[in-house]
Amino acid sequence: MNPFDAIAALLLAAGCFFYIAGTVGLLRFPDVYSRLHALTKADNLGLFLVCLGLAVHSRSGRTAGLLLVIWLLGLLAATVSCHLIARRALHAHPPAPGELPEPPPRARS
Amino acid sequence: MMNWLLPATVLVLLANLALGLLRVARGPTATDRMLAALLFGSTTVAVLLVMAEWMAVPPLRDVALLFVMLAAIISVAFVGLPAVDEERE
Repeated sequence: MNPFDAIAALLLAAGCFFYIAGTVGLLRFPDVYSRLHALTKADNLGLFLVCLGLAVHSRSGRTAGLLLVIWLLGLLAATVSCHLIARRALHAHPPAPGELPEPPPRARS
Repeated sequence: MMNWLLPATVLVLLANLALGLLRVARGPTATDRMLAALLFGSTTVAVLLVMAEWMAVPPLRDVALLFVMLAAIISVAFVGLPAVDEERE
């Protein structure tokens, strides 16, 4: 077995692990914000690892560049979506007092 | 060569999608269902990339690029929806 395939297999397996972790978070976490957090972060790490694994597997510079662009765009899309959806959820269902943790007190000068 | 590697990855990612359907069924709010749509977007991209490599069909990578952009547009469109009476349960 050549070492490129072994590295690619490791990276792809790690990517799948993070995808599954994101889905488990989506299913198990208690409220919208933590689900959103689990999903957008873990999935992008998964996408990164899958892209890296495929770049190693293909051994082609052009493909690796395209995969990098796809990952960067995915990162940007997930960040923007996460922020927008969280803000909409906050406005659509304002939390009752005491439901969310209090913000920390400001430091006194 | 490890011929099973890429098909196995596709299978795991598709199982991941199937698990995400549980959240669509359970809800409870429209935002939760939107999260499942986000999951479908990112997983589909990964599936397309792996399939491009597995079947040696490079144009699938361009399709994946398109899906990444559509995922962002979908959530922007969702945020633009009016929030009234979506949760009358």
